[in-house]
Amino acid sequence: MEEADGNGKSMKGRGRLCCICNKRRAALKRPKTLEQICRECFYEVFEEEIHQVIVENQLFKPGERIALGASGGKDSTVLAYVLSELNRRHNYGLDLFLLSVDEGITGYRDDSLETVKRNEIQYGLPLKIVSYKDLYGWTMDEIVKMIGLKNNCTFCGVFRRQALDRGAALLKVDKLATGHNADDIAETVLLNILRGDIARLSRCTSIITGEDGPIPRCKPFKYTYEKEIVMYAYFKRLDYFSTECIYSPNAYRGFVREFIKDLERIRPRAILDIIQSGEDFRISTSTKMPEQGTCERCGYISSQKWCKACVLLEGLNRGLPKLGIGRSRGLSDDRKKGIKENIGTKSIESKQCGTLDF
Amino acid sequence: MQLTLEFGGGLELLCDSVKIHNVNVDPQNGTEKLIMKDLLSWVRTNLIKERPEMFMKEDSVRPGVLVLVNDCDWELSGQLDTTLEEKDVVVFISTLHGG
Ligand SMILES: [Zn+2]
Ligand SMILES: [Zn+2]
Ligand SMILES: [Zn+2]
Repeated sequence: MEEADGNGKSMKGRGRLCCICNKRRAALKRPKTLEQICRECFYEVFEEEIHQVIVENQLFKPGERIALGASGGKDSTVLAYVLSELNRRHNYGLDLFLLSVDEGITGYRDDSLETVKRNEIQYGLPLKIVSYKDLYGWTMDEIVKMIGLKNNCTFCGVFRRQALDRGAALLKVDKLATGHNADDIAETVLLNILRGDIARLSRCTSIITGEDGPIPRCKPFKYTYEKEIVMYAYFKRLDYFSTECIYSPNAYRGFVREFIKDLERIRPRAILDIIQSGEDFRISTSTKMPEQGTCERCGYISSQKWCKACVLLEGLNRGLPKLGIGRSRGLSDDRKKGIKENIGTKSIESKQCGTLDF
Repeated sequence: MQLTLEFGGGLELLCDSVKIHNVNVDPQNGTEKLIMKDLLSWVRTNLIKERPEMFMKEDSVRPGVLVLVNDCDWELSGQLDTTLEEKDVVVFISTLHGG
């Protein structure tokens, strides 16, 4: 006779038991371990693994103020939910804040910000929104109107990075935590290899970056699979926004994304192995890390006279939007040529444009 | 056979932004039972209005699309070979959109 679950639905051979508790019906197969586990055990291992990552890497110290980069998307929504939970459960003693950037993209960011505002209430975390319009005098809609769809992600990526730092400074936080997951990091490792960007390759797997800068950033989901984040959000009925940025050209990164998903289907461990490969790369070349100074104009960290945002902004304000696009640093001259041909897919530290978490 | 199909994570945009579809699908190709493989091609023909490549790749879902049958990961029930029954709820969620 067939078993039935709570709803009286037949289980048709789907009734395998959870390999952790051996009591309840398995609800998913973990990509990391291939274990078949039930919902309750899944919540437990998912949350506790993140806790372990936080503890082992000393991501936070008691009493710190932490901003969570919040886009309204799945990763940052689950991050806000899980971190507030762990903060309570394990007495981290953290003050958590949601930090969002309003790029000024009608029909996209305004909708996703509504999601973040609901998260503010649902999780009881104070929310700060910083906008491109306030910081730079331009919305993304206005920028795209001026420059077209070709290089807009260069603007978006540079402006967003700085906007998050400025928002974090306004909130007086000690650190910024982002929702980058294992799939994102594997993708960035491959992108940096494909671009020959060894300096970024060695940096992109670090779980904490920018410790010498104004606001260090950390990635508590570095080892968390995207599949599990989405399953968690689905089972917990978390409220998130999932529309793609209308300005995202996305082609090069999109291919790499697809490649990783294809690999995952055949061998889910591939994602962790790519991260491991990235970690094991050690620079032994003469690749120079640019020296850090501050921008003469706005005071933001910069290795040049003006920071990238100020250069781009100057171009916009003078009606010369190409200014500052395609410049590369720390590369030999023959490399620069190759990079210039890749304009439009440059913001390789960021996720595809329109998503906040990077 | 009556089924409830749910699209999420941005996939709903491919079917006129409707998330939940109550549909009637009969077993295909003269067989007696309906399996996921046949349901997918039915969905592609009858519900997906644009960019089918965002939903499917070859005869399965595109890698990165999660499938749950009665809230259970289809990787536990045989994926394309999963047999569907009256009143089953099938959920498709894209993991590929947004952060
Ligand atoms: Zn269990
Ligand atoms: Zn500046
Ligand atoms: Zn963009």
